[in-house]
Amino acid sequence: MTFNMINHDHTVQRKVNAIMGTPVIEIKDLYKSFGDNHVLNGFNLTLMEGENLVVMGKSGSGKSVMIKCLVGLVKPDSGTVKVLGKEINELDQKPLDELRSDIGFLFQGSALYDSMTVRENLEFPMRRHKERLGAVSDTEPLVREALESVGLAKAIDLMPVELSGGMKRRVALARTLILKPKVILYDEPTSGLDPITSKEIIELMRSIQKKYGTSSLIITHDVDCARVISERMILLVDGINYAEGSFEELSRATDPKIEAFFKK
Amino acid sequence: MNNASTKFKGLKQFFIEVGDLSYFAGRFFKEALKPPFEFKELLRQCYQMGNRSLVLVGVTGFIIGLVLTLQSRPTLIQFGAVSWMPNMVGISIVREIGPVITALICAGRIASGIGAELGSMRVTEQIDAMEVSGTNPFKYLVVTRIMATTLMLPILVIFGDLVALYGSALVENFKGNVSFLLYFNTVFDALAFGDLIPATVKSFFFGFAIGLVGCYKGYYCKKGTAGVGIAANTAVVTASLLLFFVDFIAVFVTDIFYDL
Repeated sequence: MTFNMINHDHTVQRKVNAIMGTPVIEIKDLYKSFGDNHVLNGFNLTLMEGENLVVMGKSGSGKSVMIKCLVGLVKPDSGTVKVLGKEINELDQKPLDELRSDIGFLFQGSALYDSMTVRENLEFPMRRHKERLGAVSDTEPLVREALESVGLAKAIDLMPVELSGGMKRRVALARTLILKPKVILYDEPTSGLDPITSKEIIELMRSIQKKYGTSSLIITHDVDCARVISERMILLVDGINYAEGSFEELSRATDPKIEAFFKK
Repeated sequence: MNNASTKFKGLKQFFIEVGDLSYFAGRFFKEALKPPFEFKELLRQCYQMGNRSLVLVGVTGFIIGLVLTLQSRPTLIQFGAVSWMPNMVGISIVREIGPVITALICAGRIASGIGAELGSMRVTEQIDAMEVSGTNPFKYLVVTRIMATTLMLPILVIFGDLVALYGSALVENFKGNVSFLLYFNTVFDALAFGDLIPATVKSFFFGFAIGLVGCYKGYYCKKGTAGVGIAANTAVVTASLLLFFVDFIAVFVTDIFYDL
């Protein structure tokens, strides 16, 4: 499946790819410590093409550190991190930046640039990766298309400070989509949002995955989010994979550490 | 023993900070010389820092010129040397008071602003988002800001000096019936290149120090939103102290050249 095949329902294709097994992200024996705080202790993960993988863990369990290792924001102490077949930690700056344009990253707090309007926020990554636009010189239609896909076309000239939490998350998602990435990493996509807005964001994530057929790695501790969106789940405890399976399998488990995640 | 240990830790921390700041300055020169260059952002920062500091620098300069003349007048009259007023005020403002006061104002306004802005970008992951989007945040945020302060401060100093001299001329016009033309002619007769060049050169260094400290404190801001306040605050304190240190070296070096 290539990214150009947009505007189709990719669900069937994604499931086939997930079964056939083309890994887009591979983490092996990942270790990371901050002083005496051992955050990751040999974490492993494989995300297949077109798959929605949820990693759940308590706050401070190292989920965000792990996801930041995937884009080279945090250097691991040891272990290998391969994204789209390339070892992140061995790449020079230029190839790393090129690879990053294939990875969308939705930050926990949206991370919109305060000093720029919504339009400028969306144009910013495009200005950096002009080669991806090809012959397209006018970025306006692309910005509008991305905003329309998250239902916020009217907010194009607003400043981030004028947006609500949910709107900020939508704009951040639009900014993530603007370069049409192959993989999207979601860091706590529903944290800090009310239940209704959380549902809207989850639905939006699903519709985007259907429309664009991207692979998604979702870091969360929101059980509802995991239930709706996950095809496979990994529970992260003490820096290692504690359990792995579908939401149904894990939610039925009797292990106290696993049960603790699903108790409301 | 405990006191000595605390002092040792403080001293160690000081040297670590100096080392980190020097490394940060080295990285600035390395990144500044490497393409691509962020000209658009540099111009935006120059406008932000120059234009928005203009009123503050102008008002402060005007009052300094006014007060300096009013305070000096009685003493000079006592010695029958009031006609030396333009020379005295001109030299003291151009050589020392203008650059130092303007730099201190900019340390308060610009260094704290940069510290707070970059600090808040750091804690809200905007700097990480920039890096993930394929932009070198050091080049885009730090290099442009340090270059903007370095380029803008000498211009602000010249503007501040002129307004201060105007304030002084106003007092002399009212109290001593000295015309503006005569006042400014006397000032420019008294000033030599040896007064203007060192003052302008040290203004570049002042601007560099302000931008460097503001960016350093903001870029490495930690401890969440509380850290933003700390970054802004320490940026002002460190930049102000560094300015006096730079000024001391500048005066020392200038003095050597005067002796030659």
